[in-house]
Amino acid sequence: MTTTAPVKKPVAKASTGTLLDFKNVAMQFPNGTVALQGVDLTVNRGEFVTVVGPSGCGKSTLLRIASGLEKASEGTADVDTDRIGYVFQDATLLPWRNVQRNVELLAELHGETKASRAGKAKQAIDLVGLNGFETSLPKQLSGGMRMRTSLARSLTLEPELFLFDEPFGALDEITRERLNDELLKLFTEQQFAGLFITHSVSEAVYLSTKVVVMSGRPGRVVDTFDVPFPMPRDPDIRFTAEFAELVGEVSHALREGHH
Amino acid sequence: MSGAETVITSPRDVAIERRGERQRRAYSRGRGPLIWMPPVIVFLILIGIWYLVALYYDKIQGLGFLVPYPHLVLKEFFNDQYFSPQLWQDLLNSTEVALTGLAFAIVIGVLWATLMSTAKWLERSLYPYAVILQCIPILALVPLIGILFGYEFPSRVIVTTMIALFPMVSNTLFGLLAADRSQRELFQLQGASKLTTLVKLQFPGAMPSIFLGLRNAAGLSVIGAIVGDQFFQRGNPGLGVLIQVTTSRANGAGTFAAIIIASLLGIVVFLLFGWIARLVVGKWYEF
Repeated sequence: MTTTAPVKKPVAKASTGTLLDFKNVAMQFPNGTVALQGVDLTVNRGEFVTVVGPSGCGKSTLLRIASGLEKASEGTADVDTDRIGYVFQDATLLPWRNVQRNVELLAELHGETKASRAGKAKQAIDLVGLNGFETSLPKQLSGGMRMRTSLARSLTLEPELFLFDEPFGALDEITRERLNDELLKLFTEQQFAGLFITHSVSEAVYLSTKVVVMSGRPGRVVDTFDVPFPMPRDPDIRFTAEFAELVGEVSHALREGHH
Repeated sequence: MSGAETVITSPRDVAIERRGERQRRAYSRGRGPLIWMPPVIVFLILIGIWYLVALYYDKIQGLGFLVPYPHLVLKEFFNDQYFSPQLWQDLLNSTEVALTGLAFAIVIGVLWATLMSTAKWLERSLYPYAVILQCIPILALVPLIGILFGYEFPSRVIVTTMIALFPMVSNTLFGLLAADRSQRELFQLQGASKLTTLVKLQFPGAMPSIFLGLRNAAGLSVIGAIVGDQFFQRGNPGLGVLIQVTTSRANGAGTFAAIIIASLLGIVVFLLFGWIARLVVGKWYEF
């Protein structure tokens, strides 16, 4: 790795390959709860995969296994990169650090020099549109801005695989839609692969190239849908008949899997 | 904390949040007569009651020294050739004991709590003794402390430390363990070591809790210093001894003056540490 690698990678989008490959993954917790059962899931470069499922179906456990926070009790979970971004449900900012210092945190934990992490932080802050708020503390920011800070923090890692654990679930509709658009923009510009957890079907369809539907506990993959809309996406596709139709199909699969 | 303190212009919700902040600050700084008048009125009423009681003891009981007039007590502070210098010297001595004992309580308490925070088994092993320390009647230990450490400054400091230690231990431990699971995992995902997590996550996050403990410990350290005086009177004791001596000599005004000074010391120490806490973490944490 070079020291001053720009956030924006010059790699062509054509680069393919499987970044995440789950085969027959099961997860049983020590207390006996079976969170996942026989899950097959792949995320390739250039893909943005969204997992929808009812609450408590083990969606988040998928991310925890992918990131290495948990170990699958069965099956194989291969992840072919060490540049993994992880965005938590809440922004998990450190309240005593301002935006700049929060965004610098991960580089700081990797022991990078002050100049290097300041450079990375500046680029990431630019990318999420938080310029001018560098010295604000988290408590001075709105929920959406906190989430942007959290995104910027992960962007400093220049992730190849970006894991999102229902990051916009707590935001209001308008903020959520705007952040969805910006996330898509980041996806097309930064060329990371995404694995996104949500319980909102329309968010799933709008964001992703592939939607994976999971059943209730124990979580299994019920169905998979390819999303045909091209990237970058026009926000107005949300109001097209094709979009509504796909949302309907996914919702059906979700409801059937729930029984 | 970066020290950059630029005032930001930000969306409306931020502005509303800040308006609330300003009101809160205005209140806590005590601006406006509505804020400071009520306690002042109560103070004047209390002084009035004091005069009435003193009048009763002076004129009807003929025992004026038991409850002296407020102005006689005031005179003891500044206008008594022999007593006033003694009073201020004793205040200094007591402050020295209180702050020394507090310093030990801070160092021991934070180390103890940090040790406990590193492993569950250490916490289970060591926390009961913090509770036991809190339960020991200090009075019962006094003869032992006297025999082992003498009847001067060291023993006064030991008593002070023992009294002030528990809030430091418990508040520091609570603060260190309070970090969110997701915050810990954020560090874990980057392969941060235990020490790094302690220094960059747990300690900064524990500061509000540590300062709350510190404020309580500071108040208790003044109590410890006065109590310590009563048992260990050699060397240069402080206000505790002065209170005893003035009482035994029926110097009512002196006793009252010493008690008031001791109380003021407690209040000042409490306010001082509250102020330091706001200075250090008030920017991001509201007490």
